[in-house]
Amino acid sequence: MTADTFDDLRDLYQEVILDHGRHPRHAHRLESFDASAKGDNPMCGDRIEVWVKLAPDGSIADTGFDARGCAISVASADLMAETVKGRSKADTQALFEAFRAMARTGTCPACDAALAGPLERLQPLAGVHEYPSRVKCATLAWHALIAALAGGKEATSE
Amino acid sequence: MNDATHSTTLTHDFDIARIRADFPILAQRIRGKKLVFLDSAASAQKPRAVIDAMRNAMETQYANVHRGLHWMSERTTDAYEAVRDAIATLMNARDRSEVVITRNVTESLNLMAHSYGRGVLQPGQAVVISAMEHHSNIVPWQLLRDDRGIELRVAPISDAGELDMDAFEALLADGKVGLVSMTHMSNVLGTVTPAERIVRIAHAYGAKVLFDGAQAVVHRRIDVQALDCDFYAWTGHKLYGPTGIGVLWGRRELLDRMPPFLGGGEMISSVSYEKSTWAEVPHKFEAGTPPILEGIGLKAAIDYVQTIGYQAIAAREASLVDHALARLDAVPGVRILGRAQDRGGVVAFALDKAHAHDVATLLDRQGIAVRAGHHCAEPLMHRFGLESTARASFGIYTTHEEIDFLADALARVREFFT
Repeated sequence: MTADTFDDLRDLYQEVILDHGRHPRHAHRLESFDASAKGDNPMCGDRIEVWVKLAPDGSIADTGFDARGCAISVASADLMAETVKGRSKADTQALFEAFRAMARTGTCPACDAALAGPLERLQPLAGVHEYPSRVKCATLAWHALIAALAGGKEATSE
Repeated sequence: MNDATHSTTLTHDFDIARIRADFPILAQRIRGKKLVFLDSAASAQKPRAVIDAMRNAMETQYANVHRGLHWMSERTTDAYEAVRDAIATLMNARDRSEVVITRNVTESLNLMAHSYGRGVLQPGQAVVISAMEHHSNIVPWQLLRDDRGIELRVAPISDAGELDMDAFEALLADGKVGLVSMTHMSNVLGTVTPAERIVRIAHAYGAKVLFDGAQAVVHRRIDVQALDCDFYAWTGHKLYGPTGIGVLWGRRELLDRMPPFLGGGEMISSVSYEKSTWAEVPHKFEAGTPPILEGIGLKAAIDYVQTIGYQAIAAREASLVDHALARLDAVPGVRILGRAQDRGGVVAFALDKAHAHDVATLLDRQGIAVRAGHHCAEPLMHRFGLESTARASFGIYTTHEEIDFLADALARVREFFT
């Protein structure tokens, strides 16, 4: 019964999302960090705080977060933390823009081939494009991360 | 449990099949599934009578009101002004001039914060709200506080979601409170506040009382003379009427003392560059072309509700709420917010294994429409240690089977996330 009822939701709630939503690997405050920002989705009340530790070359050494939100927002934050590790700020910005396009439209045909690897990892979140009200759940953590890297303190997915 | 047993034992004069047939939208299918609309507290569906009244007006009898010296304008003015009489009768107002027509309850509350707050209250006085207000009954008073130095006090509630009457009275004890602005029924907890007691206590300390009845007016008959309150605000679209029309009822002598809210046509007596004078109450508060079609639609909605009768509506709703609490309590992991003794047809809940947004998406896939989020009542969510909840809310067309369907679906949602 359960499988049948929600079969058509598997595009949105793929196993990797349920898994990372339930057991996020990066959901903790970093002991030491170089940047942080809070994200807020005022329409639904989702909140996130992101901490970033930078390597000597300016690339992202580690990302941690504390999220109060749905399975999609938590899973997205966790997959983000995983995929931005080792990336430069410019690289992270490019990945964010590619991911945002994917969340809104389901694909990113114009995306840089160099991003194919991380985008494949983020692909399970592409299902949100069919649920316009949920796209912001998937992008909230990214908005906070980008704000932190830019030296800001607050971001919104509005 | 099925509807037939309920309707014979509890609400014998409530013909649910006939009522449902009055709402064309209920025949819609959502993604191939029957629509189970459990979001009436956000906005209710519209009966055929309302749809027809508005369409008929547009097709046969429409012009601007209060100004044209032609047949269409005069007839439309009569049709529009009839809603003021219907509202006055519905609320048992002393006079139709006590009924101010606004765009929604938010505008009614802002009108009060502006005209009563800035025009009658004095710096150093205070306004009391409760800990279960939605944003519309918080933010206008914050703006007033910051603008005029009028203190904002918040009366606490118990874990059951009932107003703490001792604490409420204590907030009034210093005699500084000029106005109590409080919900008559919480849009999240379903709590119906003890309006008569609130008024008695407030009046004893010299404070006036404004009720936000956006939810309450849907569920019970509001008699402003019996309540003895001073102002009462509500909105049309939750009472099966159209969006874009709200109500502020106020005692005539108080409305007379209040300065205008918005300026423009309709609200003036005469205009010159040196000085303008204001129209009499209620038109003083009704600047611009009013919600004409919405007024005609709301009149039809009020007539419709009164044909069914508040007694039958209240009995039916009590039966639905009892059923919903019993069924949802039986679903593992469901936590219901608010256990007030006196409550109306909204039930907010959290599920232990899933966030409210995920719950709403999965329910939606089964054709069930619920609200999820902070319900425009963030401070209340935080009072219960939550960021968001899902909320099922009922209208006169809601059935016991739909509640069963929700409960069964929630059990499946929980399995999905376990």
